[in-house]
Amino acid sequence: MMRFLLIAAAVIAIYFLPAGLKNYGIYIVTLWSVYVIAGMGLNLTVGYAGQISLGQAAFWGIGAYTTAIALKAGLPFLAALPLAALLCFGVGLLLGFPALRVQHHYLAFATLGFNILVYLVLRNEDWLTGGSFGINNIAEPTLLGWRISRPLDFFQFTWIATVAMGVLMALLLRSPWGRAFAALRDNPIRAESVGIDTTFYTLLAFAIGAAYAGVAGAFFACLVGFIEPAPFGVNTSLSMLLMVIAGGSGRFFGPAIGAMIVVLIPEWLRFAAEWYLAIFGVMIVVMMVWLPGGILSLPERLRGAK
Amino acid sequence: MTALLDVQAMQKAYGAIRAVDGVSFSVASGEILGVIGPNGSGKTTLFNAILGQVLPSAGSVAFEGHDVTGSKPLHLARRGIGRTFQSLQVFGKLSVRDNLIAAGQEFGTGKFARLFAAPEAGLGPRAEEIIALFRIGHVAHLPAGSLSYGQQKLVDIAMAFMSRPRLVLLDEPCAGVNPALIDQLTELLRRLNREAGTTFIVIEHNMDFVMNLCSRVICMAQGRILAEGPPAEVQANRAVLEAYLGA
Ligand SMILES: Nc1ncnc2c1ncn2[C@@H]1O[C@H](COP(=O)(O)OP(=O)(O)O)[C@@H](O)[C@H]1O
Ligand SMILES: [Mg+2]
Repeated sequence: MMRFLLIAAAVIAIYFLPAGLKNYGIYIVTLWSVYVIAGMGLNLTVGYAGQISLGQAAFWGIGAYTTAIALKAGLPFLAALPLAALLCFGVGLLLGFPALRVQHHYLAFATLGFNILVYLVLRNEDWLTGGSFGINNIAEPTLLGWRISRPLDFFQFTWIATVAMGVLMALLLRSPWGRAFAALRDNPIRAESVGIDTTFYTLLAFAIGAAYAGVAGAFFACLVGFIEPAPFGVNTSLSMLLMVIAGGSGRFFGPAIGAMIVVLIPEWLRFAAEWYLAIFGVMIVVMMVWLPGGILSLPERLRGAK
Repeated sequence: MTALLDVQAMQKAYGAIRAVDGVSFSVASGEILGVIGPNGSGKTTLFNAILGQVLPSAGSVAFEGHDVTGSKPLHLARRGIGRTFQSLQVFGKLSVRDNLIAAGQEFGTGKFARLFAAPEAGLGPRAEEIIALFRIGHVAHLPAGSLSYGQQKLVDIAMAFMSRPRLVLLDEPCAGVNPALIDQLTELLRRLNREAGTTFIVIEHNMDFVMNLCSRVICMAQGRILAEGPPAEVQANRAVLEAYLGA
């Protein structure tokens, strides 16, 4: 109950907080919110179901391009969004197949290869994606005739979607499916021997994780108004995986914390100019060595140390 | 009456090693069959070949009259065969209770119905029953991976019973378990056999346990069945004694 109230308070506070920020600040917080959605999906795949993926940014890109193209074609945002999610779900299902055969670093490379493939398609298929010029003037989303054009309104819209996706994820994790995902992660051989269809749950872990990235991509397209292939490369997939691990893989709020690290810290480190990547890198190394369970494992670590 | 499980001419070779080399036996419903034999005699491989964990090189397995040779572990579980492994196999990060529910939730309803089912999939009472039976109530809320070896072993065994299987294969359930717990386990398995009619095949080195529990014993050596019969008879068998001494 206490926990629930705290979470509710945080959700409401975040909803109103950016009102005091300038447009750029609002942009950063919205970007954070978008990353949280993609991170929740990846946390399901990696943290809860025990798979590995270096391809989340590809789904993010598929979601963004699907939305941009659908909006250009005159579809409303509320139709483009499920389209993006469904397409990613389908492609995610396909990406699950390599995971049935290989694991660990092999799977990491298989998913990485997939990301490169998607990147190349985005860059080379000009007729569809605009090639390296990308797609610009992406329409602002309209909800029941109301055009969401103020940055703050768009943030609040994104945040409501993030919370909704979070609630869905929590329900999924609490359902028997959530337990099956964890069983698959903890011990796939034992899981099979107690009737858990690991093939099915492996595929679904990828597909649902990908669908979350698709939703995130839809919001990203509208946030920036202009997309090109660059943000959807392997670098971003690495950042997203870092996000999940740094926040606390397999912890519900891990992606929210992790996204802060990936989105906010580079902003704070701007003062360090060209040193920022080096400082960021050292922080990550230190954290992975001393806190492999992520930021959210800190309380347990401190309790354990007493 | 057809046997519950019927294994014919089972073979499993790893390269030049014939881990299981032509084993045939059958188990009647309600029986408790012991499998003994020196280390490396092929007992675990026999289990794995029966249970679809490895593909047999030759031979056949029938369960309740259906040919299940080479069936996947998943399908054998759904058909009503439970098992435990020689090494500990629990879901380490899940609580003991969740381990049990995970071991029972995939039976019955369809997968998509389960997505919308209550979190415990209606298995709370069954889990409580098993927890009480195995006396693991005091650790039920802890992550299974955090328990002592003996307790994890109990959880591991308990998991095999969640789905009310008709046949359970146990691979060295007593290994690394303290004597008091072994007595408790003997009592438990007897009770599950008597009350639920569950049939068992148990690989075990602990001869007291085998003598107390099993109605029939198979002794394996070098991938073959060396002797078969009532426990006392097999234990006194010359060839069996020599196999153990020679190993
Ligand atoms: N995966 C494997 N690859 C190669 N050889 C194996 C494998 N599994 C078991 N063996 C060999 O098969 C023989 C029987 O092993 P096992 O079935 O584990 O015996 P037991 O359970 O009776 O101790 C041993 O010689 C073992 O080395
Ligand atoms: Mg063995």
